[in-house]
Amino acid sequence: MSERLSAADVAKVARMARLNISAADVERYTQQLDGMLDHFADIDNLQLADVQPMTQPFPLVNVLRADVEQPCLDREEVLGVAPAAEQGRFRVPPSGGEDE
Amino acid sequence: MSNFTSATSIAQNVASGAQSAASVVEEHLQRISQREEEVHAFNLVTSTEARERAADLDARIARGENVGPLAGVPIALKDNMCTRGIPTTCSSKILEGWKPPYNATVVDKLFAAGAVFVGKTNLDEFAMGSSTENSAFGPTRNPLDTSRVPGGSSGGSAAAVAAGFAAVSLGSDTGGSIRQPAALCGVVGVKPTYGLVSRYGLVAFASSLDQIGPFSHSVADAALLTEIIAGYDPMDSTSIPKPAPSLVSVLGRGVEGMRIGRVADLPEGADADVLARLDAAFVALEKAGATIVDVKLPSLSYALTAYYLIAPAEASSNLARYDGVRYGNRVAANDMNTMYADTRAAGFGDEVKRRIMLGTYALSAGYYDAYYGKALKVRRLISDDFAAAYVNADVILTPTSPTVAFPFGAKTDDPLTMYLCDIFTIPTNLAGHPAMSVPFGTGQANMPVGVQILAPTLGEEAMFKVAAVLESAA
Repeated sequence: MSERLSAADVAKVARMARLNISAADVERYTQQLDGMLDHFADIDNLQLADVQPMTQPFPLVNVLRADVEQPCLDREEVLGVAPAAEQGRFRVPPSGGEDE
Repeated sequence: MSNFTSATSIAQNVASGAQSAASVVEEHLQRISQREEEVHAFNLVTSTEARERAADLDARIARGENVGPLAGVPIALKDNMCTRGIPTTCSSKILEGWKPPYNATVVDKLFAAGAVFVGKTNLDEFAMGSSTENSAFGPTRNPLDTSRVPGGSSGGSAAAVAAGFAAVSLGSDTGGSIRQPAALCGVVGVKPTYGLVSRYGLVAFASSLDQIGPFSHSVADAALLTEIIAGYDPMDSTSIPKPAPSLVSVLGRGVEGMRIGRVADLPEGADADVLARLDAAFVALEKAGATIVDVKLPSLSYALTAYYLIAPAEASSNLARYDGVRYGNRVAANDMNTMYADTRAAGFGDEVKRRIMLGTYALSAGYYDAYYGKALKVRRLISDDFAAAYVNADVILTPTSPTVAFPFGAKTDDPLTMYLCDIFTIPTNLAGHPAMSVPFGTGQANMPVGVQILAPTLGEEAMFKVAAVLESAA
C-alpha cells in the first residue's frame, strides 16, 4: 500500500465532515480509503490539461418563476417532524464550542 | 417470462370493470404476507392505505370515471422518494421515523394515473451500495435464490417486482442502482436520460447523476411507466423542458436497419456466462435485421475512478443537511458542533461515512485538483467517447452486471470489490444518457443475466425498440 493518506488526514477529514468517529475507525478507514486512492491512481497519467471539466450532463440554465405568492410547505407540519422546535422555529443547542 | 399479470393488463382489466382494484391489491398483499418475511423487500408495507385507495378507485370506476392509465396497478416505491405523511427513511437510522411534508413529483404523477402504492422498499443506505446489504434495517434477499443478494441499491424495488409483491416499482439509479438489481433479479430496469424524470422529492445522493426509473416484468410495462413519470417539472432545475416521449407506440417496430454497437475495448471483468448471453443477444438482433458495428470507448476503463470520486464528492455535500436540526434523529449534546458530529456518527452507517469522508477529502483544499477536478475531466473524456461512438451506432450493448447475483457477504470485506459491480453501468450516469437492463436468459446457478442497452441523450425510443426485440428473443 502506498500510504497516500495518513490517519491524521482521515481524522481531519472526519472533523471537517462532522463525524465523531473512534480512533479504531480512523485506522480502518485510513486503510480502506488508501486502498481506494491507490486504485484511483489509474487516471494520474492521463493528459488532461486541455480537457474541460464536466460537472453536469447538460449545460445548466437558471430557472426562475414569477415573483408571486404561491402555496408552500405547512409550517406546523415541517416543525412537527423536526427533532426540536420552539415558538415556530427549530431549536438547537448553543453554538459555543470548538470549530475547525 | 414472468407468471405475474402485467401492469398493462391490470390497468385494462380494472378500468373495464373486469377485475376490481380491491381484488388486485388483495392478491398482491397476499403474496407479500406469504414471502415478505423471507425476502424483506420493504421497509414499510402500506396495506391500509392501499386497500382504501383501491376501494376509492373502484367507486370512481363504478361511477364511470376514467381513473388513469395505471388504474389499480400496485406499485412499490424505493424508500428514498418522499411520500407525504408516510415514513421515508433511505434505509438510514438518521431518517428513521421521518414523515416528509410533501410528495415527490413522481409520486403525484403515479397517483394521478390511478396507481395503488403498496409500500416503501429497502435500499442500501442513501442508495450507496450494490447489494442492499448496507441497509440499516437488514438486507433484502433475492426472491429467485434467497441465499443471494438482489443487487442494489434499489434491491427492494427489484425484489418486490420479482416476487410479485407489486406489478411495477420505482427505483433510483446513480451508478447502476436500477439496472444492476434488475439484472440480478431477472426483471426489466430503466434509467432514463438525466433530466427526463423529475428528481423533486428524491432524496439526493449525487445530484448530477441521480435519476428515477421503473422496474417491471415486461418491456411494455417499463415503457408505460417511463411515459407516465417523464416530463418537465419546474420544481427540478435540471428537468428537460420537453414533453414526455411516446414509448409504448414504438414497441414492435423491430430493429430492421438499426446499428447496434459492440464495444471492441470492453473493460475486463465480466464472467464467461454473462459474456455468452451478450453474444447471444447480438446474434438475436442481427437475426432481427440489425447490423452489428464495433465501437471504441477508450476512456471507459477510467469510469469507475471518475464515478467514485464525483459521486462521493456530491454526496458529502448533499448529506451535510443531516445535522439533527430540521429533520431526522438527533443525539442530544450541550453544544451545536458536538450535536452535529454525534448525530451524524450515530445516524450514518459504515459505507455512508466512508463515502462522505472520501468525498470530503476529494474536495478539500490541496486535493481538489488532484482528485475531484481530474475526475470531472475524465467524465468529459467518457462523454466525448460516447458522442464519437454514437456517430456509427444507434445503441450500444454491454453486460449490465459482470456477474449473476452473488451470495451474501461475498463482496463486503473490501469496499472496492463491491464498487466493481458497477463497472458497466457507471459510464451512462457520467454521460447523462439513458440505459436499461433486459433479462436475457440465465448463467451460473441458473440465475438471470441482464443485457444492457445504452442509448444517446433522449434516445429512449431506439432503446425500447431494441429491448422489445430482445425480450421476444430471450
